[in-house]
Amino acid sequence: MQLARVIGTVVATVKNEALEGRKLLVVQTLNKDLKSIGKPMVAVDAVGAGVGELVFWCRGKEASFPFKREDTPTDCTIIGIVDSDGHVTNGSTKTARQVMDDSR
Amino acid sequence: MILAKVVGNVVATRKNQRYENARVMLCQQITPEGEETAYTVLALDAVDSGVGDTVLIVQEGWGASTAATGKPQAAIDSAIVGVVDYIDLLKDE
Repeated sequence: MQLARVIGTVVATVKNEALEGRKLLVVQTLNKDLKSIGKPMVAVDAVGAGVGELVFWCRGKEASFPFKREDTPTDCTIIGIVDSDGHVTNGSTKTARQVMDDSR
Repeated sequence: MILAKVVGNVVATRKNQRYENARVMLCQQITPEGEETAYTVLALDAVDSGVGDTVLIVQEGWGASTAATGKPQAAIDSAIVGVVDYIDLLKDE
């Protein structure tokens, strides 16, 4: 699992039947300092995340487990929404309030 | 399995129900020599590790899920399965 920011949505009318009604989101993976690393990718949403939210995703075969796993074709699924940027402790001494002030 | 250092944790109220009561730890992969690499990963804690610990992380679904939740087939791809006491390496000649 890794932290990521939801940076957009994907709309696909024609898609695999098992993906009907599923939300597709563009996520940018982040490192422990919440800085972007690597390229954005598309993830299926399993928790009701929205654009701008800090989330974490699961990769590989396990990504299909929140759904009917035999027939949901996904290798990247959002499985948690982080309460706020301040709820990530990463060794820095900043408090949740300071992190939130900085991001304003 | 990979070697990593626990650098923090993550609080998520809204999450997959199989994650209830689990601790999600923010870990940074390290080399056997102890140098930090650029790869950071979230892993479920199965051994009561804490910030600063060097840990072993399994990155295979079945093993990670059974170690962290006691049951297979949860959406978990990484779990902390051991706290490293020390690493013995052959010295460079």
